[in-house]
Amino acid sequence: MSEPIIQIQHLSKLFGGGEDAVRALEDINLDIQQGEIFGIIGLSGAGKSTLVRCMNLLERPTEGRVLVDGQSLTDLSDKELREARRKITMIFQGFNLLMQRTCLKNVCFPMEISKVPAEQARKRAMELLELVGLGDKAQAYPAQLSGGQKQRVAIARALATNPKVLLCDEATSALDPTTTISILNLLKDLNQSLGVTVVVITHQMSVIEEICSRVAILDGGSVAEMGDVQEIFSNPTTDAARRLVYPGGVTPAQFPTGGHVIRISFNGGTAYDPLIASLAIDCGVKVNILGADTRNVGGKAIGTMLLGLPENRNDAAKALNYIRAQKNITVEEVPDYHE
Amino acid sequence: MSETLIALFEGWGFTKVPEQITYLSDFGALAFSIWETIYAPALATLFAYIIGLPLGIILVIGEPGGVRPLPKPLMSFLNTVVNLLRSVPFLILMVMVFPLSRLILGTSVGTAATIVPLTVAAAPYVARLVEISLREMDRGVIEAAQAMGCSAWQIVTKVMLPECRPSLINGATNAAITILGYGAMAGAIGGGGLGSIALMRGHGRGQKIVLYAAVIILVILVQVIQSIGTAWSVKSDRRINPTQSKRRT
Ligand SMILES: Nc1ncnc2c1ncn2[C@@H]1O[C@H](COP(=O)(O)OP(=O)(O)OP(=O)(O)O)[C@@H](O)[C@H]1O
Ligand SMILES: [Mg+2]
Repeated sequence: MSEPIIQIQHLSKLFGGGEDAVRALEDINLDIQQGEIFGIIGLSGAGKSTLVRCMNLLERPTEGRVLVDGQSLTDLSDKELREARRKITMIFQGFNLLMQRTCLKNVCFPMEISKVPAEQARKRAMELLELVGLGDKAQAYPAQLSGGQKQRVAIARALATNPKVLLCDEATSALDPTTTISILNLLKDLNQSLGVTVVVITHQMSVIEEICSRVAILDGGSVAEMGDVQEIFSNPTTDAARRLVYPGGVTPAQFPTGGHVIRISFNGGTAYDPLIASLAIDCGVKVNILGADTRNVGGKAIGTMLLGLPENRNDAAKALNYIRAQKNITVEEVPDYHE
Repeated sequence: MSETLIALFEGWGFTKVPEQITYLSDFGALAFSIWETIYAPALATLFAYIIGLPLGIILVIGEPGGVRPLPKPLMSFLNTVVNLLRSVPFLILMVMVFPLSRLILGTSVGTAATIVPLTVAAAPYVARLVEISLREMDRGVIEAAQAMGCSAWQIVTKVMLPECRPSLINGATNAAITILGYGAMAGAIGGGGLGSIALMRGHGRGQKIVLYAAVIILVILVQVIQSIGTAWSVKSDRRINPTQSKRRT
């Protein structure tokens, strides 16, 4: 394996000093490989934003090192850092577009900063807008766009300097489920076609499940668990991971004994209410919702739900098969923690 | 009762309307006063922006956590100077600045000489107006610019100023109107313009109609400046007015 594109070594971040210093990050170590889509998930206040902002030094680490493409960011001069930042671009929850510039000029902006000739910049900006599906909005102003379109412009802008890494801090948190899916698909496509490494920060499980290959779970400023998304989600070993994987704050201790617990993820398919209802009607099986963290917008659901299946093996199997047959729903069995 | 009323109307000049109207016949003097009323504050506004705009920018970007933090003592010094200058009443400031006017322009009387105190009084005001406008700037956008590798200078010139343009135009309108008012006040102590003739002829020599004319013209001037400023601000704001003026090629 080649050298990781991002290496974080013994990173700590303290805000303020003295008595009321806040320790936002504590001895973080992680490697992000070239070309992967890496997820960082955690509850609010876990330090996700602080961590991602340390990756381009918007926040200066108190201790530790951040290496991007083999370059230690903390050792760079201001000027070198500005150069380096063109290789690690960022998109935000609030889009952060320049409201007084057209979309085209917004995408031109980073090239203007790095002194790319105007005509060449314009041409590339047009190509990028086409790439994100907004070729017809070049002359529109951000105020005229929907949230999803604004994020597409922001993505085009972030790609203008041919970055190696694209950092996404809650990039889909302000969007509805359908738009979220479309933006995630765009990120996936760009990752595949351009080979850009994507770091996704989110508090939504569904986002990680949708596009990430590996994930780090952040809890109280440190990495609680890190590894393959499938592995971690099917068998979370730490409390922090379980809190995230099993929605609604249920802890495994609360799982019914004997019964069979499954976790299902809705990826923008049918709403979840009908699913539970039709389970009862079509299979005659009544399931128990142990916890849910789903958003239901415009009849489409996104999120995860924890279901307790009946003790009767037959009924449980029937329900499981029924759910497995649904579109846009993934099912995982939850290991029995009572054993 | 009626006698006091008549005295009141006399005081307002309403009892001698035909006589009052003859005072306006000196049209040239009035026109010249209008010109003086406009050009001194206009130049003072320009100079006030030459000093106040950079100062306002520094007040925003220089603070801790700003785009380009500056040493704390320097920031406190600048803030203190701005506050001090702003707390001195304009008429007193003007008298205090007389020696400076004499030094720069060789005189401390006349319309041109009022430009110096007007500038001194307006520059800190402009700095605060600029500061207020720039503080409205979305921090996220500045952060995005930093993440893209912008230098402090690029953030000021390519992000903050263009993004705050509508608000800066509103501030400039506000500044121009305030300076116009100061200018009229300056007429009282040696300046020229409408303020001066309103006081000397209207009040001093009982030519009330001149006073009214001066006031009406000032009101109109303020209205015109405000309308132009507001219209320009709205027209230039791409959040509300997305139509772009087409460049002819
Ligand atoms: N500039 C700052 N000054 C002081 N404390 C801060 C600062 N930024 C973040 N913190 C603190 O650091 C901790 C982590 O914050 P951070 O914004 O990284 O959390 P997060 O995981 O991104 O949360 P969210 O999901 O709500 O965005 C919090 O306790 C927060 O209060
Ligand atoms: Mg955050």
